[in-house]
Amino acid sequence: MSERTYPDEPADPFPAPPLSFTDGDGREITVETTDRDIFESLVEMYVAFDPADRAQGIPPVKEEAIREWLDTLLTEGSLNVVARHDDGPVGHAILVPDRGDAYELAVFVLGAYQSAGIGTQLLQALLGYGQREGVDRVWLTVERWNEPAIALYEKLGFVTSDTESFELEMAIRLVD
Amino acid sequence: MKLLLGMGGDPDGFDALEETLARVGETGDDLTVAVLDTSAEHEIDDVETRVRDRLAESDIDAAVTQLPGHPGSELTEFAEREGYDRIVLGGGQRSPMGKIELGEVAEFVLLNADRPVTLVR
Repeated sequence: MSERTYPDEPADPFPAPPLSFTDGDGREITVETTDRDIFESLVEMYVAFDPADRAQGIPPVKEEAIREWLDTLLTEGSLNVVARHDDGPVGHAILVPDRGDAYELAVFVLGAYQSAGIGTQLLQALLGYGQREGVDRVWLTVERWNEPAIALYEKLGFVTSDTESFELEMAIRLVD
Repeated sequence: MKLLLGMGGDPDGFDALEETLARVGETGDDLTVAVLDTSAEHEIDDVETRVRDRLAESDIDAAVTQLPGHPGSELTEFAEREGYDRIVLGGGQRSPMGKIELGEVAEFVLLNADRPVTLVR
């Protein structure tokens, strides 16, 4: 495994949660930080998740595996934000600490709510939350063919940090 | 069927060994375990010893061979030269997020082997 490289300079400030906006389809969406309190409604969201939108084996498909997986995400040290429409979660973005001093990022948006700008807002809110909590190094992996996602991450300030592995790896710095 | 399991000292390799032993116990397939030099963390002789110890505990009569050098290409060439029907590999590690990280060996073998490859998860 090759060494991950980060940008020299941290990113500009991102908007921190809570935030609300009207999405591309005219729906009122709120984004806020969350913890285990909404465990059950997140299970519901991931049970409804289109298996075709999975990436690198997550989210899992079976409910039991979803519960196990969410258990590792909604744990001390992770940062979670959720996007809601009519109270129900429609998107979820997470920073999970790795074994070093960095965080791995992932974002999920329900199929009916994709391509409406929710992912962008979720990611901004998560990165703003990270800045507020003093998180500096953040990385993610993305499938090489997923050009829309890669373009979005680049727009937010992520740079390619490892071109040798099977998936594309990207990284950003958030604070000095 | 002639099965070739390629593994280094990482946990996914030993998980694949367990699954493969269980399967071979049912099918009676002919199994060879190729011990690969996947990382500096694991001495190849130590890995071979652990594999032989595990096999000795099982009822499976499998061959064990060391393939030092570039793990992916050594395994692929060996499978072709010795006429194996299928290559079996560990499915990779999980990232902190739970994403599957396909390793260098798996990527090489999937792209270069001219026979079926099974990833064990």
